[in-house]
Formats: sequence, structure tokens, C-alpha cells
Amino acid sequence: MSAAAIQPSSPARSRDRELEPHLPQSSTLPGAWRERQAGFTLATRARRRQRRVIVVGSGLAGAAAAATLSELGFQVSCLCIQDSPRRAHSVAAQGGINASKNYQHDGDSVQRLFLDTLRGGDYRSREPNVYRLAELSLAIIDQCVAQGVPFAREYGGQLENRSFGGALVSRTFYARGVTGQQLLLGAYQALLKEVDQGGVQLLPRREMLELIVEDGRARGVIARHLPTGALEAHLGDAVVLASGGYASVFHQSTNAQSSNATAVVRAYEQGAAFANPCFVQFHPSCLPPHAPEQGKLILMSEALRNDGRVWVPRSPGDRRAPESIPEAERDYYLERMYPRYGNLAPRDLASRAAKGRCDAGHGVGPDGRGVYLDLAEALAREGAPRLVERYANLFELYQRATGTDPLRAPMIIYPAAHYSMGGLWVDYDLMSNLPGLFVIGEANFSDHGANRLGASALLQGLADGYFIVPQTASSYAAGGTFAPLAPASASVRSALARAEQRTRRLLGAGGQHTARQFHAQLGRLLWSGCGLSRNRDTLQRTALAVAELRARFWRELRVTAGAAELNQELERAGRVADYLLLAELMCLDALRREESAGCHFREEYQTAEGEARRRDEEFAHVAAWFYGGEAEPPRLAIEPLQFRHVTPSERSYR
Amino acid sequence: MKLALRIWRQAGPALPGAFVRYELDGAAPESTLLEALDQLNERLVLAGEAPIAFESDCREGICGACGVVVGGRAHGGRPRTASCELRLSAFREGEEITIEPFRARAFPIVRDLIVDRSALDRLIAAGGYVSLRTGGAAEANALPIAKDVAERALDAAACIGCGACIAACPNASAALFVGAKVTHLALLPQGGPERSRRARRMVEAADREGFGACSSHGECHAVCPKGIDLGVIGRLNREHLRRPPG
Repeated sequence: MSAAAIQPSSPARSRDRELEPHLPQSSTLPGAWRERQAGFTLATRARRRQRRVIVVGSGLAGAAAAATLSELGFQVSCLCIQDSPRRAHSVAAQGGINASKNYQHDGDSVQRLFLDTLRGGDYRSREPNVYRLAELSLAIIDQCVAQGVPFAREYGGQLENRSFGGALVSRTFYARGVTGQQLLLGAYQALLKEVDQGGVQLLPRREMLELIVEDGRARGVIARHLPTGALEAHLGDAVVLASGGYASVFHQSTNAQSSNATAVVRAYEQGAAFANPCFVQFHPSCLPPHAPEQGKLILMSEALRNDGRVWVPRSPGDRRAPESIPEAERDYYLERMYPRYGNLAPRDLASRAAKGRCDAGHGVGPDGRGVYLDLAEALAREGAPRLVERYANLFELYQRATGTDPLRAPMIIYPAAHYSMGGLWVDYDLMSNLPGLFVIGEANFSDHGANRLGASALLQGLADGYFIVPQTASSYAAGGTFAPLAPASASVRSALARAEQRTRRLLGAGGQHTARQFHAQLGRLLWSGCGLSRNRDTLQRTALAVAELRARFWRELRVTAGAAELNQELERAGRVADYLLLAELMCLDALRREESAGCHFREEYQTAEGEARRRDEEFAHVAAWFYGGEAEPPRLAIEPLQFRHVTPSERSYR
Repeated sequence: MKLALRIWRQAGPALPGAFVRYELDGAAPESTLLEALDQLNERLVLAGEAPIAFESDCREGICGACGVVVGGRAHGGRPRTASCELRLSAFREGEEITIEPFRARAFPIVRDLIVDRSALDRLIAAGGYVSLRTGGAAEANALPIAKDVAERALDAAACIGCGACIAACPNASAALFVGAKVTHLALLPQGGPERSRRARRMVEAADREGFGACSSHGECHAVCPKGIDLGVIGRLNREHLRRPPG
């Protein structure tokens, strides 16, 4: 990409006709989703049995969607990158899931969850989508409890709640520090129930390498069977992508080894628009890396900020042990900066504040990249047994990783790349601009705007998977006429040829550097240039450096062994190639969005207090990018965001 | 630190395998054993060799993907620790560490340290669920569940499906795995209506898959990274013997 191509252009003012969000017509938010559903096309069960839906991914969103579509009678093929759907990365979510049940009687409501989520995302998401999310939260808890998810209970047998960042009410349901695992097992069991009934064909150890588009519609995928390297075509009448987020582009992230961006990048290359790629969340409480080559970082749940206080020494360079630093010489900076929310400030603010304190020399830990998360006060107030009951597995995890007991000494934490709010563009029905391609869970961009609130990822994954996409994809598949697609048809053969060609190119580069080396280098570039804070100058330089690294990758990559066998190095190389492409797009998007919003902090645009300054008049929109091919830069389209029920204000947690 | 890794290499399911010894120098003691394997693999790739195939995903002990036998014990035999959580600091300078795949008839080797554990999914598919259709659930707080019951159900539901219990058992029995799921669902009212059928079907499936019978060695519990209690096997036996309702 030339330097000219990365100059930000002024945003177009008109809505791109390719990006019709199909928002509900209803003038009020409550009931809008119900009204939409009333208009859906239905079909007999016999007709549904003749339709096949390909679901890519088996995390919360994918497993829930595959199970529910099968319950409705559709034939479902569910691809899963791990050896079992139970290992999808949703399993690692710890703290909880939000729902506006108002069991605590503390003033919660659907409206309140809607407002908190919209404001938490710094007004960069759609009102009707977020309202629907809040409404569905109620049914999700009912569904999960009925599946046998063992949520925490009070002594009276009622469901227990705790608080998460960016909210003043207690609405987070949880199962110790393994909420994601328990919800995933619920969805996994529902999925295997349908496998048992014969409605779902489970396809483990498959990685999607291409999207099949026939006559402008998504009709299937090409997948690599990882144990043998065989390329398979899976064909159907609609495709649901539930392949997760792309925070692993940063190399050092909380995402799992096999979390990757290949499925969404392939869809993007085939014409699906990519929305807000620069919106990536940094989680404030991760364990600092112990070595530069360490890719996977360990997360400590935000739930710990219910009881933990975050602080650094007041004087820079203070290397004393934490217990020898008197109270008066500690800076509880979140409580100081955000007195209303204190330690429960949202993630973007907490992460930026941590980096700010460390950059100013107050950091702790071996290399000064860390802040304390201290449970001492809660320990004195409530005693160890209560805390262990709430966080037992988190304490164990921390102790095994660091050798330190968090009840004896404060934990040391630092921000790390965690979650992507950006993703493939979808309309209100969660369908991309490519007919027949639905995108759910973290893979889409839909509900979290520029910053996701804690405990809302599980909520969105399940809302999309259990309640939204089964209705919308069902209407699509029931309503249309689909000519049978032969495995030997031109669109299938060309998708297969593209996948084969990419594999040959990866194996044939013949250089001297491993895929992991390129990935680590990309991560360093992005962390410093397109990370927690960004500016025009660093973004321009980073975009060029990424483009250069990408060119080097294709010249200097080394992959050993072959294509027709289990080859984890080849798998990694393919993923890194896609991270490089996506990283360029992230820089471009970050450069063009000349405002600060949520996680996207442009140093040029800040308030007198150093907070994000949005520029609603220019940027209250979704930026969606269309792939331009290898030779052309991506083309931008915008979807204006309309706020009819809420007036966006400066987002203040002070 | 300096370590020797003695690793099982096997290029495919039907091919012969053997141990190969690798020297590793300059590994940081804070690193994990799997990070040491990453490091070794980087070296192998640069030397033009095929890297060691092994499985891992979350690297924080919750997904259950990792799972190797270290020094003769599944997951290294440290209490409540998965393979990905083993730190090099737990080994001696210069120590030779033997790493091999889980071995059980129901877990055929795919390559090197990777085995096929899909039999575990088939056990869950034989009834390890509540038959509930999306959308039909009652209000969540309508049915109170005692706090300690929910806690005990979660203790059993904490299973990560890694298969260490089976690899460690002299009979390759899946009793702890099946018992954990049966216990989780039998303790909760939501799992009640299907409890007898579930236990019978899951036990039959385990027999079909080639898992052995339990003879109370207790090795499964000793290696379980989540410390699943042996009591779940007693519960499995009771549920299996229960007379179906009606």
C-alpha cells in the first residue's frame, strides 16, 4: 500500500446502499424485535428438513445456533476447529453474564442495561440492536438455568449476582470464575443432544479456509481437515459464521492458540464488509508476560474488581515491597479519577489509566509494566472463606502462574489485547451484506460499539446463537428458493483452487523465518502503534511497517513438512498471513477515525481531563470496509448511526 | 535453564513411534513446559524438521485440550494442574523430562502427542444433557436450589474433558468422566426426569467405546486437573441402579 493510500479521506455523508441495516420500523424500542419476528417467513417442518445450514464455530454463539436450528428441523453441519466443541474459547470466560433481571431490586431494568451498554460502547452501536440484547438477557438466564447451568445461589436458593465494570447495579450472574465454561457446556450439551437426535453433523478439527459464494449468495465453505490436510467442501443453503474475534492479531493476547481471524478475513475477501476494525478491547487485568515470545497471556476476571482495589506507588520508581508502602503513599488511581465508579470503571478507561501510570514511572513488577490489584481491604472486611468461595479458581490460577497467593500479597496486573468489538458488518437480522452469510458472536461488530462492558460477551454470543439467528436464518432459508449446488460446480471448484493456491504459496516461500517470529513482530508493531493510544503519526508509520512486514512474510517465511498431513506450522502460517492483512486494515480504520471513542483513543482528540473526545458530527457512524484486492486499497462505506431515543452525551464515569 | 526432553514421535496413526531426545538450553524457569515445546519447535522448523505435534488452546487449564503424560503421570501428576500449567521451575536443572501421549484403547494416536478423544463427545451425546428446546424455559428464580446443592453440582460440572482420568486408569475406565456429568445433572432438579435413562445410556456408550470398568484404583482423581471427587463414581453406580420412574 502506498503512503498516499493511507491518508485519511473525509467520510462520505450518504449511506452506502450496500449497507442497508434493515432496522425495525417500529417507533418504540420495546417490542421492535417482536414485531420484526412477526414478519418472518415460516415454512413447514418438512420443508425445513430439506434445508442445510453450515455453522462455522462451536463456541457459545455457534453451538447455540447449531443446536437451535437443528431443533427447528434444519439439517446442520457444525465445524469446530478444536477436537471437541467443548474447547471453544468461550470456555475461558470467567466472570459472568449480564442480565437485567433486577433480582437485587437495585433499580435495574431492560432500559437500564440498554443505556449502560450503549453508553459503555461510547455511542458507536445501534440503538435497536442493543435494546434487543438487553431484552433477550432475561430469556437467556431462564434458558441456561433450565439446561442445568449451576449458577451461584444465595442461601435462600435464589440466583446470586455480582457487579461488573460500567454499571452501578448488580446484574452479573456467575458460576465462580468459570462462567464461560459452564455456559459453554450448556450449549455444548444442547448441541450434542441434537447430534444424538441426528440433526447435527459435527465436524471437529476443521478449519474454514474459504467461503463459497454462488450467484451472489453464501452457500458453503471449504475446510481443511486438520489431521489429514484434506480439503473438504461443505455445502448448504446458508452459512453462519461464529468463528470468534481477532484480538490474537496482537500476538500477546488473552485469546487461545487456535482463536484466529481466517474465517472472517476470507469472508471479507469474498465481499463481506468489515466494520470498525480498529475497535479492539484491552483487558485491564491480565498477568504481565514473563517472556517476549510468550503469546498467550493469562486473564484475571474483572469480577475481582468487585473486591480488589487497584493502586500504584505515589512516587515514581518506588521499588519497595507493597506491604512496606504506607497507605498515604499509595495512589488508588481509579478511585481518584472516577469517584462514582471507582474500581469498577469500564475496561477501556481502566486499561488506559494503568498504562498511563506505568508510562509515568509508577509501574510495579520486574519491568515496571504492572499495577497492584489488592484484596487486603476485602479480606479484612469479609475474611478469606467468603473471598475463596467467590474466586477460588481465580486464586488457584494466579498462584499456579506466579507462585504468589493473592490473599497474602497484591496481584500484579497489566492490560492485554482481549476482545474485538469490530468484526464483519451485519444488519439487524445479523446477516452480512452477502445474502446467506450470517455472522454471530464476537465475529460480528453489532452490539458493543467502541467498548464492550464486562460480562456482555457471553450475553451477546447466546442472544445471537439461541434467539436471533435461528429466527432470521430460518426466515431466509425457509423463504428462498435454492437451486442444488453440485460439488463440481464452478463456484466450489474456484473456492477449492483458491485454498490450494494459498497453501502452496505458504509452503513454497522457502525463507528463514518462522510464522511465529512474524506474528510476534506484528504484535510489537501494533501494540506500540495501534494499541491503547494512537495518533496520526504513529498510525501512518505502523501501517507502512505492517505492509512491509507482510511483503517480507511472503518472501522469508519458512514452513516445514507438507500439506497432506497434520501440520500445525502450516496452520499457524495461514493465520499469520491473515493477521497481516487485517492489521493493515486496522491501522487504516484507526487513522481515518479522527476522534476518540471507547477503546479507540486518538491522542489528538481528548478532553481537558484527558478523556476520549468523540466527534459525533463527523464520526457517529459505522465504518465498513470492502476488500479491494491485492492491488487496490479497501473501499470505505459508512452506515450513519441514528439516536432517536437517547441523546449521546460525553461519557463520564467521574 | 537446561533441560532434556524425551518426546514420543509418531508421524501418523498407523506408523511406528519412538522416543526422541532433545536438549533445550536457555529456557526461563517461569516459562511453562508447553512454552518450552514451542521454543523447541521453532528450532526444529528453522532446522527444516517437522515440529512436534501437540495440542493446547487456552493455556490456562480450562479448555482441556492439552493433556500429555509427563514423567509417567498424566498432566505431570501435580495436584489440580493441567499440562499447560506446568512451570519449568517445578523441574530440576538438567532434568530429563519424558513426554508422551495419553494412552488408552479409546484414544487412538493422531500424531506425536495428539490423540483422538472424540469418544468423550460420544459419551455426552448418549444422554449427558437436559432435553430442552430453546425458548421454552420457565422463569429462572421460580425453582429455588439450595446453595450447597448448586456448589456440589458445579464441583462435578468443573470437568474439562481432558481425558487424564482415562489415561491414568489401569483399566482405561471413563467412570470419573461419566460420573461427573451424571452427578452434575442428577443433583439439580432440571436433570431429574432423565437421570436413570442418562446413567444407563452413558454407561452403555462407554462400554461400546472400549473404556474399561472401574476397579477403584483412584488414580483418576489423583491426576484430575479439577480434582473431581471419587464420590461421583459412587453416584454413577447408584444412578445406574435406580429404577426408572413409573
